[in-house]
Amino acid sequence: MLAIKTVKYYVKPAVFLLGLMPLLLVIGDLFEITGTLGANPIENMQDRFGIWGLRFIVTVLMISPLRSITGFAWITQFRRMIGLYAFFYVLMHFLVWLLLEQNLLMAAIIEDIATRPFITIGFIALLILVALASTSTMNIRKKMGNNWVRLHSSIYLASILGVWHFWWQVKKDITEPLIYAIIISILLLYRLRKKYSYT
Amino acid sequence: MLFIELKIGDKTFIEIMLIKKPNKIRSYEITSERNYLNRRSFIQSGCLIAGGILSQGIHSANLPDQPFDKLEKINKSEFSTDEQINNIIDVTSYNNYYEFGMGKADPNRNSREFQSRPWEIEVSGEAEITGNFDIEDFIKPYQLEERIYRMRCVEAWSMVIPWVGVPLVDVIKKFKPLSSAKFVKFETLYDKKRMPGQKSRVLKWPYREGLTIAEATNPLPILAVGIYGRALPNQNGAPIRLVVPWKYGFKGIKGIVKISFEKSQPKTSWQMAAPNEYGFYANVNPKVSHPRWSQARERRIGSGVFASKQPTLLFNGYEEHVAHLYDGLNLRRHF
Repeated sequence: MLAIKTVKYYVKPAVFLLGLMPLLLVIGDLFEITGTLGANPIENMQDRFGIWGLRFIVTVLMISPLRSITGFAWITQFRRMIGLYAFFYVLMHFLVWLLLEQNLLMAAIIEDIATRPFITIGFIALLILVALASTSTMNIRKKMGNNWVRLHSSIYLASILGVWHFWWQVKKDITEPLIYAIIISILLLYRLRKKYSYT
Repeated sequence: MLFIELKIGDKTFIEIMLIKKPNKIRSYEITSERNYLNRRSFIQSGCLIAGGILSQGIHSANLPDQPFDKLEKINKSEFSTDEQINNIIDVTSYNNYYEFGMGKADPNRNSREFQSRPWEIEVSGEAEITGNFDIEDFIKPYQLEERIYRMRCVEAWSMVIPWVGVPLVDVIKKFKPLSSAKFVKFETLYDKKRMPGQKSRVLKWPYREGLTIAEATNPLPILAVGIYGRALPNQNGAPIRLVVPWKYGFKGIKGIVKISFEKSQPKTSWQMAAPNEYGFYANVNPKVSHPRWSQARERRIGSGVFASKQPTLLFNGYEEHVAHLYDGLNLRRHF
């Protein structure tokens, strides 16, 4: 069992820095220090932020099962940080699309969100994450009571929309989105089984 | 003068820059000078040959057997664009060539061992002359030309590439197609050992493409055997590939081993894979969206992180040369 102090002073900062790594690597590649963004830097950044957003969503979904399996209650302390990282990377993914890919051209942006289903889906997932991130403080959580739990279980919906968004934008090879879809399905089934085994 | 060494495959290139502001130069600006020389030929020639060797006249085409080897006696073409040419690094490291993997960087990585000799091309079907030809003999009767074309990928990005090749129309005429020949079909090599990407079932192999006979005999399409004045790198479709500048890039079939004259419209690989997304014609058209993304604008590779996308032009800007081929055809239906 880890001491509360160890978690607070060592594990938490370590997890925080780990979560920052994908961003630092993108910045490092942008300035050609750690590597390069390649021939299509905007696509590269967009893909990397997007995939890390999805990875953090999957990670956050794993926290409850991990706690039940390992019995380490302290794991749940990381839920908020990892959830916020998921939101952060999805937001970066969106901002690269908005500013660099679409150059803030409103007509094109609205057309894409309205008429391209995979973008509509991604945008809805982003809105869910905005709602979750903006209600993530302890104060709001206390005020919201049971509604908070209900609202925050929509992370499952966001994860499904996220993987769906990923699936629909690949040209042909669906291996990668399929892997995420399988992981999310397992986590979702685990959650449902748990829910119904209590009642 | 500044020298930068580049490694592409097993070849070392020396990039030579003649620059006014050495601290602000970007790699894609450098290549527009087309001063790419490999070490050996640089030392041999002993001086800077800006723009490569270009001469006008009729010469039979001599094809070297190694990628990046220098091509000789290349004529210029009036069809070339004067737009900024892309960096050779972008052109050789950002490729869609599923025979060598599905990632953009895969073809460069996975095609290094590929040997494109010996190479035979089988010509068959509705033509007076058919048979099997060695690549060298196949290309010899024609005059090499440099064609600097825009290349628009169906994924909404584009490049400007200095191809070297021979006009497809000259090749077609040589084989004397019969009046029954309405289409020309092309096929890529099918060899899982040499093309490891063919182990995946992402597409039906061999890769297949086709043109109508009117399209194939238009002066714009070329059978390319080189880029930047040098023999075609493996990842770009060595030893010979199709370039049809007014169509989406996937029509530009690579590593061609079969050409046949057909009575009816051949099935093409992407059409077979997703008929609602990719059509036989695949003409660049900003008004006809891909079902999942818009084709109205395109990202010009090499334009930098903060450059905006540029509007896509009907027929990729080659409208005056090709629009008449589609008179009366509903381009929305025949996408």
